[in-house]
Amino acid sequence: MRIVIIGDGKVGVTLTERLSKEGHDLVVIDQNKRVLQEAANQYDVLTVHGNGATMTAQREADVGRSDLMIAATSADEVNLLCCLLARKLGVPRTIARVRSPEYTEQLPFLKEDLGLSMTINPEYTAAMEILNLLRFPAALKRDRFSRGRAEIIELKLSPDSFLCGRKLYELMQLTKIQVLICAVERGETVMIPSGDFQLSANDNIYVTGASRNLAALVQKMSIAERKIRSVILIGGSRIAFYLAMALKGECAVKILEIDEERCKELAASLPHARVVHADGTQPETLISEGLAEADAVVTLTDIDEVNIVLSMYATRFGVYKVITKINRIEYNDLALKMGVNSIVSPKSISCNEIVRYVRAMNNTSEGGVLTLHRIVNEKVEALEFSVPANAPYLEVPLKDLRIKQGILIACIHRKGKIIIPGGSDFLRSGDSVIVVAKSDELYSSLNEIFKQ
Amino acid sequence: MNYKMIANVIGRILCIEAVFILPACLISLYYGEMAVILPIVISALLTAAVGMLLLQPKPGQTPYYAREGFVAVALSWLMISVFGALPFYISGAIPSFLDSFFETVSGFTTTGASILSDVESLPKGLLYWRSFTHWLGGMGVLVFVLAVHPMSKGGGQSVYLLRAESPGPEVSKLVPKTHSSAKILYGMYIGLSVLQFVLLALGGMPWFDNITTVFGTAGTGGFAIRGDSMGGYSTYIQVVVTVFMTLFGVNFSVYYLLVMGKIKQALRNEELWLYLFIQAAATAVISFNIRSLFPTMGQTVQQAAFQVSSIMTTTGFATANFDLWPELSKWVILLLMFIGASAGSTGGGMKVSRVLLMAKAAKRERKRAVNPREVTVIRMDGRMVGDDTMQGIWMYLTYYLIIMLASMLVVSTNSYGVEVSLSAVVSCLNNIGPGFGICGPAGSFAEFNPLSKVVLCVDMLLGRLEIMPFLMLIAPAAWNKRGLNWRPFRTARR
Repeated sequence: MRIVIIGDGKVGVTLTERLSKEGHDLVVIDQNKRVLQEAANQYDVLTVHGNGATMTAQREADVGRSDLMIAATSADEVNLLCCLLARKLGVPRTIARVRSPEYTEQLPFLKEDLGLSMTINPEYTAAMEILNLLRFPAALKRDRFSRGRAEIIELKLSPDSFLCGRKLYELMQLTKIQVLICAVERGETVMIPSGDFQLSANDNIYVTGASRNLAALVQKMSIAERKIRSVILIGGSRIAFYLAMALKGECAVKILEIDEERCKELAASLPHARVVHADGTQPETLISEGLAEADAVVTLTDIDEVNIVLSMYATRFGVYKVITKINRIEYNDLALKMGVNSIVSPKSISCNEIVRYVRAMNNTSEGGVLTLHRIVNEKVEALEFSVPANAPYLEVPLKDLRIKQGILIACIHRKGKIIIPGGSDFLRSGDSVIVVAKSDELYSSLNEIFKQ
Repeated sequence: MNYKMIANVIGRILCIEAVFILPACLISLYYGEMAVILPIVISALLTAAVGMLLLQPKPGQTPYYAREGFVAVALSWLMISVFGALPFYISGAIPSFLDSFFETVSGFTTTGASILSDVESLPKGLLYWRSFTHWLGGMGVLVFVLAVHPMSKGGGQSVYLLRAESPGPEVSKLVPKTHSSAKILYGMYIGLSVLQFVLLALGGMPWFDNITTVFGTAGTGGFAIRGDSMGGYSTYIQVVVTVFMTLFGVNFSVYYLLVMGKIKQALRNEELWLYLFIQAAATAVISFNIRSLFPTMGQTVQQAAFQVSSIMTTTGFATANFDLWPELSKWVILLLMFIGASAGSTGGGMKVSRVLLMAKAAKRERKRAVNPREVTVIRMDGRMVGDDTMQGIWMYLTYYLIIMLASMLVVSTNSYGVEVSLSAVVSCLNNIGPGFGICGPAGSFAEFNPLSKVVLCVDMLLGRLEIMPFLMLIAPAAWNKRGLNWRPFRTARR
């Protein structure tokens, strides 16, 4: 497919990388020549230098003959303008990044009148992901499928856990809960395990199942589960705003922000939260603001490195749940080694949404991608596919299906029920199925996971 | 330096070369030249063997950058020339390896300078291979590889190869993916070649002469299979060749725009108009100058047009011995040799777009002398041309002059006179073919001393690849550990 990306900033660059890996023809428009040069050198793309919100630039990029236009500049207004123009030039679908909270109210109108196919708000989706983690603090990561009914959560196996040394097929017997371990990360290696895989201490396991079953599992594993009643957000960013709004009524929120004007804005719009004008990077400030007593700390400054260091500091201080915002996913491996467990990456989340949309667009037959999440630090893809009305693999027991190597059918969602499939379960039309596979292969439809 | 990747590229190219050498056997078989068949097969097998050997180390995922691109291009071209010389050498048709190498380099770089004093005595199979090197070298060997197989999925690194080999001050892709871009270029190239073949066939040209002429025209090379180059063919054939030489000297992105229906944008290309204007003007001047040499004005113009087109597009075919023409015409021809064809075509020379930009820069300087505070911007085709591009052009000119003077120094050891030495160097550096005097259209490069031949080979390669790739081979900076070599300080003298 031919895709035009306007704005080669953080999201733009990541999108360029992901979409060019998926094999699409990409054109990138940006005002910064150097940035374009980098893109042209690293990825197989065409670049256009100019203002993406002008007809000239869009014509030069041949937007009219493209399949999709993604506007990811730093200004919402510009993005919306780009989409308006692009639609006029005839592109069938557009995606705009609209991050300002002020515009969320009118988004439905905008989408309808401007013909937007999708808007992404990286900060809002990141805030929601952090919210999920705060509500289920034992999980290091939570990815939801089937409208929240099924999940994949990441847990760390502590050395004294009763699961250490056990084989996977013993799991259900031992716990008597319907869950499945669909991926394991041990050190640097990632494995999609089969039944006789043996767990060991400090493995990061990714468990899938119905949400309440996963909660039960966590209890069974006696991973200390505490309800989060107080949160400190370091950095008064947009994410902090969305998060604080969402946490209203659930827990006490304190925001530390270094810019006085911003503090006033936040205080005005978040009456229930406590806004403190302080430099959250100073240890003494953090202590005096109650770091040691907080249930959770979320580091949300603009600088990844600061977030990592502050999180390490909070963990040292024994804060129960520490969540870190890291935009540069290259830091993730390093941060994880330093004991920073829960990482949220706004631009990755948005890119996943867009990639899912693109794959769904690309897939003309049924059996397309409903949800796309990347787990194990982007190394594994968890895809939810809709099962088409007729296909050769329907009503065939799973153990008889010839599925490609390294792919696992983790979960079947049928009419509201979550089924952890065994060998004799089968796929039925109308189901949605969660499939786990390594990120080297990119699947856009259910048919692709079977051997031909 | 990512050696594995470089080896991989060279390996692929050698394998492709081996495949292309084989048809020469069939040609020789057809003409009953049995003695040549075995040498050709041996050459192909040797080339394939080395190619397969180089493909063995798997390149892996390590990335490659500009320097690897340049080195890969430079070494590839050296290697294909060395192995491409084998059919000539092993069969004994060209006894000296240096001469075989010269002829092959001349082929791939689409120069068309020959060390053969009697072309027609060469077996047809070898004549086929000789002309085919023009066709492959014209659009580019690496471009061919990229068209056939996308080098890295999603990675933009193959653009370094494209940039290293393609001529012109600013190289850009036609479409987002390098692989698609290369395919489109070759598609149009093949299309035009076929068209020329058809038109020449309609003119009654024998099929063997036809394909060798098409190869020589498409690559703007100039190897002919007759001693009198194109002189012996009918006027219709000469005119068709004139037209197609001009066509192959046009920037291929103009053809792409035409194919895409963007006719207005295509016609707005400034380089195209300057290119055509220079050809027209040169033809007019020369026609007037040589009017006494031909019986009718029509013939005069036709002959002038052929030579002008041939030299400007750096093809090198000849229908008349322009060495005998008056001095004004010879100077016009020399000037055309310098200017060359359009960027993004198969022609050589400085390239019309560079000349155009230099002229615009000169005009800007003149304006600045009068109004020092005024800021003017150089524009081409409606787009602004950055200072880094201009910088590149001036540097290219500088290198070019240095190489030309140094080469002339070496060639002067033949003592053939300034006119011959200058024309020989200029002809090779600009990939034209014939010069003046002993290496003129009626002569050859056979009588130059071995050192000169080596230098001329280097010139041909430098010209075709526009200097940079070879500079990379000899510059120590390209091979070091990216600036991390430890050098102990010299102790200062007290």
